[in-house]
Amino acid sequence: MKRELEMMMPGPHAGPLCGREVVIQAQGVEKTYPNGTHALDRADVAIRKGEFVSLLGPSGCGKSTLLKMFAGLEQPSSGTIAMQAEAERSDGRDMAMVFQEATLMPWARVTENVRLPLDLAHVPRSQSQPRIDEALEMVGLSQFGNCYPRELSGGMQMRASIARALAVRPSVLLMDEPFGALDEFTRNRLDTDLHRLWEQRGFTVVFVTHSIYEAVFLSSRVVVMAARPGRVIADVAIDGPAQRGDDFRVSSEFIDYCRVLSEHLVRANRGEREAVH
Amino acid sequence: MNTAILRSPAAVRVSAPLALGVLMLAVWQLLCELLDVPVFLVPAPSDIVATLVADWNLLVSSLMVTLKITFLAFCLAVVLGVAAAFLFVQSRLMEVSLFPYAIVLQVTPIVAIAPLIIIWVKNPTFAMVICATLVALFPIISNTILGLRSVNPGLLNLFRLNRANRWQVLRRLRIPSALPYFFGGLRISSGLALIGAVVAEFVAGTGGTSSGLAYQILQAGFQLNIPRLFAALVLITFTGILLFTVMAMLSKWALGGWHESEMS
Repeated sequence: MKRELEMMMPGPHAGPLCGREVVIQAQGVEKTYPNGTHALDRADVAIRKGEFVSLLGPSGCGKSTLLKMFAGLEQPSSGTIAMQAEAERSDGRDMAMVFQEATLMPWARVTENVRLPLDLAHVPRSQSQPRIDEALEMVGLSQFGNCYPRELSGGMQMRASIARALAVRPSVLLMDEPFGALDEFTRNRLDTDLHRLWEQRGFTVVFVTHSIYEAVFLSSRVVVMAARPGRVIADVAIDGPAQRGDDFRVSSEFIDYCRVLSEHLVRANRGEREAVH
Repeated sequence: MNTAILRSPAAVRVSAPLALGVLMLAVWQLLCELLDVPVFLVPAPSDIVATLVADWNLLVSSLMVTLKITFLAFCLAVVLGVAAAFLFVQSRLMEVSLFPYAIVLQVTPIVAIAPLIIIWVKNPTFAMVICATLVALFPIISNTILGLRSVNPGLLNLFRLNRANRWQVLRRLRIPSALPYFFGGLRISSGLALIGAVVAEFVAGTGGTSSGLAYQILQAGFQLNIPRLFAALVLITFTGILLFTVMAMLSKWALGGWHESEMS
């Protein structure tokens, strides 16, 4: 994969943030696994600075694959992914990722789990401690630093996982269906908190989800994907209020966006079925 | 009977096997007395206890010999086993080429090769330590390898994402992940070290060397001193139980905070 440092072309998608610089640019990215599975077919996606972009689609649409390629954990079979040069940092990466599961080290207390990326980057303890405190504060876990992961509920484990990503102070945060395993009410609460964090901190988020509601609630833009083969079928800017809470969830605006996204997904699904018959 | 005691699981865990043991011993004692079984066939528990007391000094000094061999073999097995596991995990080629021979070592009956080792190695204690080590080695190797490989793939991705080097992955991810498996291997291995020591003593004992508990069993058998044979057997059994308990406590101490297997 080429991680080019050149200035990148702005993507084809119009939106309130379209004037901003592109942080991640995927061009003609394809992924075919050795067993022949065509996970992703020629995807063009551009992520701009400060955006909250959701990759929305059913299982097998390649959304997680695309995210993993952004993270450098997987390589595209063809096409290029260009990252804006990561800022030179002595304290680790400028990018952090939150996984589907909390993936905490069960043998380490929450504080030590959050400290891990800083430790790996050799940040001295004196400097890492305030950052850990701050990150735990942001996710509302200040009281739970001394707990082992198993002592926390699923939602709190996920909060710890997010704190670990925030402690890095990344400018790009990649999230791979982080709340998929949680019940809807916990998920809504975490979504609200995440949106507030994003709104306050202004980092760039790429968020993979299969929930239409979650995508509309969180995003400034939703990239809609379809499966077999995985591909991008639509790109919808969500022009919602800057601060979002339960009011937004029950607004007609919210419902309208959900319908637009559903229509894209239904149409893609229908086309697929016709192709089979 | 007080049912409150029965409801407490901790009390039941101690009292139930204890009660069963006492009952069995009572039946044994009763049968021996009622049927008038000669002491050189099956001694009654009371005879065994009497011999234990009478031969205490002799038996304990023999036990010390056996314990020394067991302990040395166990330590050696842990050091060699862990070292081998690390080696195997670092390089596929190493594992592919060496692991079959580890299995060969495991499946070769120690009784069959013990005489050879005892002939080849001059120092009898050292020879017996080698035999017992060979028996105890394999569970440590295989369990530690399994543990070092049983790493949560998500965590491995997290380490890769943060550009952790090989050493950081080993120290901060693979070793902690391997601990529960390692302690599992330790429990099996401690018992096997004792068995290996006893087997080696049997083989060496027929040659007339040393004086471990197995040697006492052999001698008692020759002399038809069956109560002493049983007394030695009791000591070996208790040693095995003690070893297992110590390993279980060690495991609880190391993993109690976080691993499911040690939660109560």
